[in-house]
Amino acid sequence: MLQVLSGQLLIGLINGSFYALLSLGLAVIFGLLNVVNFAHGAQYMLGAFVAWIGLQYCGIGYWWALVLTPLVVGLCGIVFERLCLRRLRGLDPLYSLLLTFGLALVLEGIFQNAFGISGNSYPVPAALQGGTDLGFMYLPRYRAWVVMVSLTVCFGSWFVIEKTRLGAYLRAGTENPALLQAFGVNVPLMFSLTYGYGVALAAFAGVMAAPIYQVTPLMGSNVIMVVFAVVVIGGMGSIVGSIVTGVGLGLVEGLTKFLYAPASDVVVFVVMALVLLLRPAGLFGRQR
Amino acid sequence: MARIVHNLFLTAALALFAAGSATAQITDGVVKVGVLTDMTGAYSDLAGAGSVIAAQMAAEDFGGKVLGKPIVIISADHQNKADVASSIARKWFDEQQVDAIADLVSSSTALAVMPVAAEKKRITLLSGPGSTPIAGDKCTPYNVHYTYNTYAMAAGTGRAVVQKGGKTWFFITADYVFGKSLEADTSKVVEVAGGKVLGDVKAPFPTTDFSSYLLQAQASGAKIVGLANAGADTINAIKQANEFGLTKKQSLAGLLVFLSDVHSLGLPTAKGMYLTTAFYWDRDEASRKWSKRFFERHKKMPTMVQAGVYSELMHYFEAIKAAGTDDPDKVMAKMRELPVNDFFARNGRIGADGLHRHDMYLAQVKSPEESKYPWDYYKIIKTIPAAEAFEAPDPACPLVKK
Repeated sequence: MLQVLSGQLLIGLINGSFYALLSLGLAVIFGLLNVVNFAHGAQYMLGAFVAWIGLQYCGIGYWWALVLTPLVVGLCGIVFERLCLRRLRGLDPLYSLLLTFGLALVLEGIFQNAFGISGNSYPVPAALQGGTDLGFMYLPRYRAWVVMVSLTVCFGSWFVIEKTRLGAYLRAGTENPALLQAFGVNVPLMFSLTYGYGVALAAFAGVMAAPIYQVTPLMGSNVIMVVFAVVVIGGMGSIVGSIVTGVGLGLVEGLTKFLYAPASDVVVFVVMALVLLLRPAGLFGRQR
Repeated sequence: MARIVHNLFLTAALALFAAGSATAQITDGVVKVGVLTDMTGAYSDLAGAGSVIAAQMAAEDFGGKVLGKPIVIISADHQNKADVASSIARKWFDEQQVDAIADLVSSSTALAVMPVAAEKKRITLLSGPGSTPIAGDKCTPYNVHYTYNTYAMAAGTGRAVVQKGGKTWFFITADYVFGKSLEADTSKVVEVAGGKVLGDVKAPFPTTDFSSYLLQAQASGAKIVGLANAGADTINAIKQANEFGLTKKQSLAGLLVFLSDVHSLGLPTAKGMYLTTAFYWDRDEASRKWSKRFFERHKKMPTMVQAGVYSELMHYFEAIKAAGTDDPDKVMAKMRELPVNDFFARNGRIGADGLHRHDMYLAQVKSPEESKYPWDYYKIIKTIPAAEAFEAPDPACPLVKK
């Protein structure tokens, strides 16, 4: 019993770190741009697909994909921000929400048409195959790698935004863009790069996910609901909040799967409802 | 004068009416079939656009006409939602004179549409769904359950696996009507064959991450982990079972695996797995010939569901032709009367309960080395005769004579 439980908790941690990585990008974009990026799931799917296409048609392996894919997809994000999203600045966030939602539907539709629904398998890279028997469970090496990388990237992003000069500019830009621009900072460029970074994070998570899950057009919409819940529970736009909540919710979900599996897809939303009742701004959010 | 004109009209009307009734075998002058399927969701690869293409091929191969009236194929996406399916069906029946609805992949949509069709005396030709209650307590007089059901899957794979020494089972089950029906049917077969079910876990549908459930399956110590799910769920479960090393000590039994699943998993992951199927494209000359034509249009080899849509529609058109009318009662009687023997089904008979009993096949997925050409995926291990493949008529269905 205890053995199974500790295994479930470890799996919860793995999934949780994954949620954290995904919700981080969402939180960065919302926190700094005030945009609810509904295309996040589609951009995550795009990351997985770009990696798969690279491997299948250009022979680009996992390690290169890990570097190149976020760059490519992030760049697409920047172009999208420049051409479309920027025009909605200053309007109600609902508009950018609808725009990004539309983008998500278009992207998913295109990939579904081109690749079908069952998707494709992406092999686990040779160096990360196999695993270790921990006694209470068999831990695949790749999953351990996911936890390590996710937590490193999360910590790195938090550090840059909260503790460095660049991060200070970013935060200042959110509070008062006009004033920051008066100091000679190129605010529009900064916003483009921030959006690009958030999108790149989603794509990065996509590449990380490709060897575990089937690379399918709907992989993003399957996970994005939970990720949104994570961001809401953590407090919209709070970076620490999304990281801590991501890991925490992974654990709660893992426990539910063990205790009463059929409830595991609802438990996240039950937690969300409770948190919103008690702390409307989320666990780490500030009341605006 | 007015009187003459009036009489003239009356005569003309009567003449038209008489002429009409003489050739009124086909009401409204067209045989319209609606393919209601999952165009974009989890089952769109195993049914979806391929089912629509199969239906169009059937219409064309039948000459585009039956009893001199054109065959029209229309299609819609039910999104795997029962309410969407039944409202489209109502609209089709009430406003668009649809005579029959084909496919209805995913049992919940089939169970929602069947009573609507029965109430309006229209025919449902199911290829995609698998629940046994469709021909059991939920049966209707205007329904044909054509391709497979969960019992046939369970009996084929379950029995074969137990006979090969897989005595203890644990189930990972999709938490809805189809998954539960599949698990229940398999459990029955396993126990009858001398095996034992150690436990199960009901995973929400759809699930992407199966690691928790796989861990529970490992902890159960069962030799066989039965996957009572379908489509993307099965694919992810098999993939992750390999990742978690489950396949080292235990074996997987995919209880409903389609060709499209194996294609997307790839042979290195899927190799060695047993499965039951109603149809395999490479089984004989006739199946190859049809499948290659299908491939030219769809760029993928047909699944059993898609081939089933073609075959059931051919049978439906044949029945209309033989009955000389599209009157649903007479067509249904003919469909039951005529045997099915084509590239898809051997020794097929449609029973009073609407279930089409035909030969099934136990197959094993080839290893990458054994596969010689694209889509060369299955070895047919044995043919399961119709009587063994399907259960006897369920007395819970009121149409079955007791």
